[in-house]
Amino acid sequence: MADVMLLSRIQFAANISFHILFPAISIAMCWMLFYFRVRFHISKHPVWMRIYRFWVKVFALTFAMGVVSGITMSFQFGTNWPGFMGTVGNIAGPLLAYEIMTAFFLEATFLGVMLFGINRVPPWLHTLSTFIVAIGTSLSAFWILALNSWMHTPTGFEMRDGVAYAVDWFEIIFNPSFPYRLGHMLLASGLTICFLIAGISAYRILRGDNKKAPNLALKTAIFLAAILTPLQVVMGDMHGLNTFEHQPQKVAAMEGVWETTNGAPLLLFAVPDEEQRTNHFEIAIPKMASVILTHDPDGQIRGLNEFEGKHPPVKPVFYGFRIMVGLGMLMLFSSWVASYFLWRKGSLAPWMLKFFIGMTFSGWVATLAGWYVTEIGRQPYLVSGILTTADAVTDIAPENVGVSLAMYLSLYAFLLFAYIKTLFYMARKSVEIEEYDAAEYTPARTRATAEESQ
Amino acid sequence: MILDHQLPIIFAGLMAFSVLVYAILDGYDLGVGLLLPMDNQQQRDKMIASIGPFWDANETWLVLAVGLMLVAFPSAHSIILKALYLPTAILLIGLIIRGVSFDFRAKVIAHKKDRWDKLFKLGSFIAAAAQGYMLGMFVMGFEISLKSVAFSLLSAAGVAMAYALIGACWLIMKAEGQLQLRAIKWAKNAGKVCLVGILAVCIINPLINSFVFERWTQPPLAYLIALVPILCFAFFVIGYFTLQKLPLKDDAGCWLPFVLCTAIFTFSFLGLAFSFYPFVVPGELNIWQAASAPESLRVILYGALIVIPCIFAYTLFSYRVFWGKVRDLEYH
Ligand code: HDD
Ligand code: HEM
Ligand code: HEM
Repeated sequence: MADVMLLSRIQFAANISFHILFPAISIAMCWMLFYFRVRFHISKHPVWMRIYRFWVKVFALTFAMGVVSGITMSFQFGTNWPGFMGTVGNIAGPLLAYEIMTAFFLEATFLGVMLFGINRVPPWLHTLSTFIVAIGTSLSAFWILALNSWMHTPTGFEMRDGVAYAVDWFEIIFNPSFPYRLGHMLLASGLTICFLIAGISAYRILRGDNKKAPNLALKTAIFLAAILTPLQVVMGDMHGLNTFEHQPQKVAAMEGVWETTNGAPLLLFAVPDEEQRTNHFEIAIPKMASVILTHDPDGQIRGLNEFEGKHPPVKPVFYGFRIMVGLGMLMLFSSWVASYFLWRKGSLAPWMLKFFIGMTFSGWVATLAGWYVTEIGRQPYLVSGILTTADAVTDIAPENVGVSLAMYLSLYAFLLFAYIKTLFYMARKSVEIEEYDAAEYTPARTRATAEESQ
Repeated sequence: MILDHQLPIIFAGLMAFSVLVYAILDGYDLGVGLLLPMDNQQQRDKMIASIGPFWDANETWLVLAVGLMLVAFPSAHSIILKALYLPTAILLIGLIIRGVSFDFRAKVIAHKKDRWDKLFKLGSFIAAAAQGYMLGMFVMGFEISLKSVAFSLLSAAGVAMAYALIGACWLIMKAEGQLQLRAIKWAKNAGKVCLVGILAVCIINPLINSFVFERWTQPPLAYLIALVPILCFAFFVIGYFTLQKLPLKDDAGCWLPFVLCTAIFTFSFLGLAFSFYPFVVPGELNIWQAASAPESLRVILYGALIVIPCIFAYTLFSYRVFWGKVRDLEYH
């Protein structure tokens, strides 16, 4: 007999994983569109508008996917996790309500003006609408991540008869892990769109699109990625230190530390074994984990042995963390090498373009891997130390959850397929229909490169 | 100063208000989706263009209504959505299909556009019917029996028809020429069915729920509240004659059907709300039993008092930007 808890978890994980793919793009993409608009206002060069017009279509599609999958999320708390609202509803409620009232209406309403109003409002008002939508999406990330961070590091409340009551809203919102999580997520979104834009632009160029727009977009994306990746590595490190302080069992699982160790090595690879509570096939850098986490080669890292029965499953957290950090390093390396070539030569070799096409959705993978580390790393708790996942689960008939899960999964698979296919189709189409602009005025800085590449 | 026991009333009011605004706003865009004529691509483009800038914000009212229920009446949220688990899942699938078709249709290869249009129509229908079914189940107190399922299926058809009506009225206001004539015809047909549907609910609801019967027949409130159905039917009559006359020279009065339809929605909703107040789960849970902690409600309320007027302001702004007859989609 299927277990309703397991099904509910799979369903929740599937829905939120599907949802986050689209915010991960729309949050930063909107700022990028705003940037394109501003560049257009300043230079009056039509190429910026052409870039804008291409990416605003991608944005519109992404936003629609984000909205509809988000609506699903707002129905889920009550249906699958009644115990969640029952125990921490007094905290979660206002945060969710503020997200709806301050962020969702703002972005949804101005989105209409941004997407359809370009010939109906003056240019400054259109640019302002783009700006407001960007504020709205970031604000929505602010509220939902405040809630999510509070679930990891709860502060500012008191328990009365098993129910959480708010004491200090400032402490609840700005809980210890919030600044790091918000910063890390916003940067993740930035990187996701950098590699998306770079990948699709590279695809256009390889398809023989020698117009200026894809080259300029590629350059913008790669330069931005070269700036954001080091920031992300630093932010991730700070995030890890914060987690080390507040959720040591999560860090122990991330690092695969089974026994409390002084001078713990950094495992580049290993196969954790939950049965024997040890790792196989370790490839390690001695003492490095202690150096990173405690800034002392002999610093102590508390092992999973201190949390037996109360620590998360190790494998997904361990592997997830390596996927994310591995991709982060790959992004760092590739964006720097590519920046160097773009700066020196003004263009990229075909094999590099192919590499970036391969990286188009690397941001998605890293973002999902990161969320899996964070969320699975909190298990068995739903709200650290207050509420376990098992206590929050619903009592709906498992058959019903099974049916809804099957429907969602097949719909998501279909939509994801359609989404990716449409992106590449749009890229191919723009190769044919976008006007050719070799003869147009080019601002001094980009003139040389534009001429070379044509 | 707002007292603790008044907070649930205020929140019930806010929630009811967002449900009503949702039914009107997403009602017209779901209705437009329902009416999409598969025989005329150009009219479909126009129709979809007329709701393009609005549908997203319209759906946000559903998020607000569900969100308010979640945060203010969490136990009701969980009882209702558990009882309606599968219809809710189906509603969401409908909304998802519809929301994405809207964007895909504009970006895919031409011959696939028809397919997404069909999905758009189908998604709109699924969403509208699922809402009607859920409403029917709510009225029947979530009981699973042949009788209540039959009633809910009727209610599903009724709500779909009501959305088609308001969608047609929206088009009369936003469209010109052939499409407008067609919309007038749609409105006439849908209006007749809606009238029958509302009458049916008015008769069946008090027969099934004894507390509803008492409420509608107990003076002195009954005299006052009798105005609701009387006015509602008056609007139908005015609407009928208006539709006979339209379109007029210079398109005078093209907005009247939509306004009347909004009034009909509002009054029908008032009637329902009056029947069930103060219950959130009919006969089982009232708003005081279901409410969350007053401290938290207060935090939300203060925010709402500031934010909701702002939402109104910029919603009006957006409708002003897109005032008048629909033009072709401009950004794609
Ligand atoms: C870090 C970002 C982030 C995260 C973790 C989440 N969301 Fe989200 N959500 C957004 C960022 C976002 C956004 C950027 O604001 C979206 C995505 C695209 C969009 O249209 O708005 C959005 C849309 C969106 C919508 C539709 C809003 C509208 O009508 O305009 C709803 C109802 C939710 N979300 C609800 C949720 C819930 C209940 C979540 C958690 C369990 C959640 N989201 C996680
Ligand atoms: C947006 C990116 C997110 C992703 C990809 C994600 C992913 C996941 C995953 C994989 C789980 C399952 C863990 C497990 O059961 O082992 C989970 C659990 C959970 N997460 Fe998240 N999460 C995200 C954000 C959030 C946010 C913002 C919230 C709340 C505000 C949230 C609330 C929860 C809850 C309530 C659970 C418990 C259900 C469960 O254990 O499956 N998550 N999440
Ligand atoms: C390369 C260096 C990186 C380091 C050291 C790092 C570190 C971390 C850590 C420690 C966590 C877990 C936080 C917790 O305890 O809950 C985390 C989560 C996460 N990471 Fe990374 N990360 C890196 C790169 C990336 C990249 C490149 C992306 C995406 C493009 C990414 C996206 C995420 C996301 C979305 C989460 C979950 C949300 C959160 O808790 O912030 N990370 N990261």
